[in-house]
Amino acid sequence: MALDRSVGEHSLAFVKREQLFDWARRNSLWCTTLGTACCAIDGLMNLGGPRFDIDRMGVLFGVSPRQADVMVVAGTVNRKMAETLKLLYDQMSEPRWVVAVGACASTGGPFREYPNVVLGVDRVVPVDVYIPGCPPRPESVQYAFMQLQEKIRRQTEERSAARRDGS
Amino acid sequence: MSPRAAEHVEHTATGRMVFDVGSQHPSTHGLLRLAIETDGEEIVSAEACLGFLHRGIEKLGEHRRYHQLPTLMDRGDYLSGIHGELASALAVERLRGIEVPPKAHWLRSLLGEINRIASHMAWYGTFGRDAGVTSHFFYSMRDREALLDILEAVTGQRMTFNYVRPGGVIADLTVVAESKIRRFLRTFDAHLDEHQTFLGGNELLQKRLRGVGVIDRDSAMSLGLTGANLRASGVPYDVRRDRPYAAYSELEFGIPIGTTGDAMDRYLVRIEEMRQAARIVRQCIEGLPEGAVMAKLPKALRPREGETYACVESPRGELGVHLVADGSETPRRFHYRAPSLFAIAALEQMLPGTLLADAALLVGSVDIVPGEVER
Repeated sequence: MALDRSVGEHSLAFVKREQLFDWARRNSLWCTTLGTACCAIDGLMNLGGPRFDIDRMGVLFGVSPRQADVMVVAGTVNRKMAETLKLLYDQMSEPRWVVAVGACASTGGPFREYPNVVLGVDRVVPVDVYIPGCPPRPESVQYAFMQLQEKIRRQTEERSAARRDGS
Repeated sequence: MSPRAAEHVEHTATGRMVFDVGSQHPSTHGLLRLAIETDGEEIVSAEACLGFLHRGIEKLGEHRRYHQLPTLMDRGDYLSGIHGELASALAVERLRGIEVPPKAHWLRSLLGEINRIASHMAWYGTFGRDAGVTSHFFYSMRDREALLDILEAVTGQRMTFNYVRPGGVIADLTVVAESKIRRFLRTFDAHLDEHQTFLGGNELLQKRLRGVGVIDRDSAMSLGLTGANLRASGVPYDVRRDRPYAAYSELEFGIPIGTTGDAMDRYLVRIEEMRQAARIVRQCIEGLPEGAVMAKLPKALRPREGETYACVESPRGELGVHLVADGSETPRRFHYRAPSLFAIAALEQMLPGTLLADAALLVGSVDIVPGEVER
């Protein structure tokens, strides 16, 4: 979309309303961070730090679930925590996305033999992007957000393509 | 521990209010739920509710070989992986009677201290955020990234290193890593002064920290506090000096202690600990002996029946591992002493009587990692 290549002072862009909304959405992903364990330190805290500076991608951490677009689950989720996780996810408004950071959030990781551990958060909430690693490097999490932006962009295109075919 | 409070904020007949802080809340440093009962602005009682991160590290340890215990300990106290690995490795070495090469001892001390500064830097960054300061977080992360670079250059990982194993360490110091350490040491003391001016020298912060969350000497000892929290109350107990392990008997370092045991003392003790840790790193890099870094060991360790306890001084206090062996390849019982657990007990004692606005600050001041508490 032309809008991505920046709009100058005197230029004009014609876009569909939903394209504009999705453009805004994918460039200001506000995240409610469910940092439970190790991944929250390297994947989220260092990512918010000066070297990786995820803010420049429009990703903002530590937002209340009611304002957030993305839920970032970083770390092991056990059965007791799963209830809270579901509660927080239900509080988020549509459209919403979930990023599972690390092996634990994706599959249960090194603790998957233990019965108290949930075998990946996709057993509780639908997950959009999985990030491998134990813990993943901040770059991986950064890449995951780029993938999520790509996913949102594709959704717009698919939606308009479906409408075109239908009419 | 069951919460005295209901699920949400609740008015009771006495006009008291119960707040449920957590389990997912940025200021609880992980998953800790605090049921705080308030009367107006003042906290009447606080109760910690645990179990949100219980992953069965101890139980899984009974199904792992002795070589694999450091992997689990890494993920217990994830901010100071080297110390967790070291505690479990020391316990296994003591059980089986393994002789560790001298260079491995020195590398353990070196990496342990680098990890200590990195962990304190993470605490420093989040502590300021609890107090309402934001920008200094970026300065603390600047130093932490330099330390993580060193750790990555030596161990290959930024966290969960899996570096210290029973019998020694897995890799020697490379030239690149050494130059990184030297470069870090050149600037660190100046950076620390900068931090001290930035946050500790701030009069507003000092006013908020002085006299808040006091734990006196006797109750600190009866609570079982260790580490910086205990030393802030005036007890000079440090595992590195009192029960030396690794190369600490040959190293010189001061043990900073506080006088009153308030939040300001805990802050100052940690800052001074970073300075001392840098001093140890300097000595380690100068006095590093030559030789092997790993003892020759069989693939499967089968210690004889018996039990042992080995402890190290982690950034949060005395981190101990209790191992019971039954002669097989896996331990019969694997238990560890998590210093943060005792800090949470202290938190329950120090919160009543303080203002609600200070609650987040006090949680930050004792530096807890729920990962090691909940196992």
